[in-house]
Amino acid sequence: MRLEYFQLIDRIVDLNLADRTISSEATVPTASTIFEGHFPGYPLMPGVLLIETMAQTSGWLVVALNRFARMPFLAQVKEAKLRTFVTPGQQLSIEAHLEHDGSGFAVTEAKIRADGKLICDAKLTFRIVDFPNAEMVKWMRDTAAGIGLSVEARANV
Amino acid sequence: MSSTFETIANIIAETCDIPRDSITPASHAINDLGIDSLDFLDIAFAIDKAFGIKLPLEQWTQEVNDGKATTDQYFVLKNLSARIDDLVAAKGA
Repeated sequence: MRLEYFQLIDRIVDLNLADRTISSEATVPTASTIFEGHFPGYPLMPGVLLIETMAQTSGWLVVALNRFARMPFLAQVKEAKLRTFVTPGQQLSIEAHLEHDGSGFAVTEAKIRADGKLICDAKLTFRIVDFPNAEMVKWMRDTAAGIGLSVEARANV
Repeated sequence: MSSTFETIANIIAETCDIPRDSITPASHAINDLGIDSLDFLDIAFAIDKAFGIKLPLEQWTQEVNDGKATTDQYFVLKNLSARIDDLVAAKGA
């Protein structure tokens, strides 16, 4: 995780377009200015960032399924459950699956585990819109490559 | 058509917390019931699931924006019901 860049996914470890599922991994950094305030002497990963972690994993799934044709934006968080604390240094496994592919929107269900234990889960809705410009497409493709998301290589998975 | 309307009305009532008896076939989802675009995504999701279809919301929106259709044609509930019936029939054809 690079919290200061809002990059919460370290790597994509599995993408199955046929099953419409994705898995990713991330390690909570051992140090961050966020932990200086949340909380002093008692550092905890903020729950909203865990939700964002699920949203980013889901978002990469949506991007992969539409082959970088359009961009998802988080629109709704439902039934989010933050089940236990997450602390610096913990390794997280994130998974998401596409529950519904609507017209201009998508619904996913996502969860995070640590050491096999369920940490949190939520149902997320995204609006899917055109990329605002070519630079954003390039940035998304570059970022995807950096975390190991290669849609072309996995197109037949 | 009536059962389609009943299903839609129940979805709207439950999703948007609107009294069921205030929802009629002549109700306009946006102008009369005040449903915003985010709530309509929930409604579309529930309709898609209930009828096994994919409401072409983007196409409808584009047609309205292009002046080729009015919102009444898609968002007055009796008209929405008829379009859902058409989509269901097309799916089964």
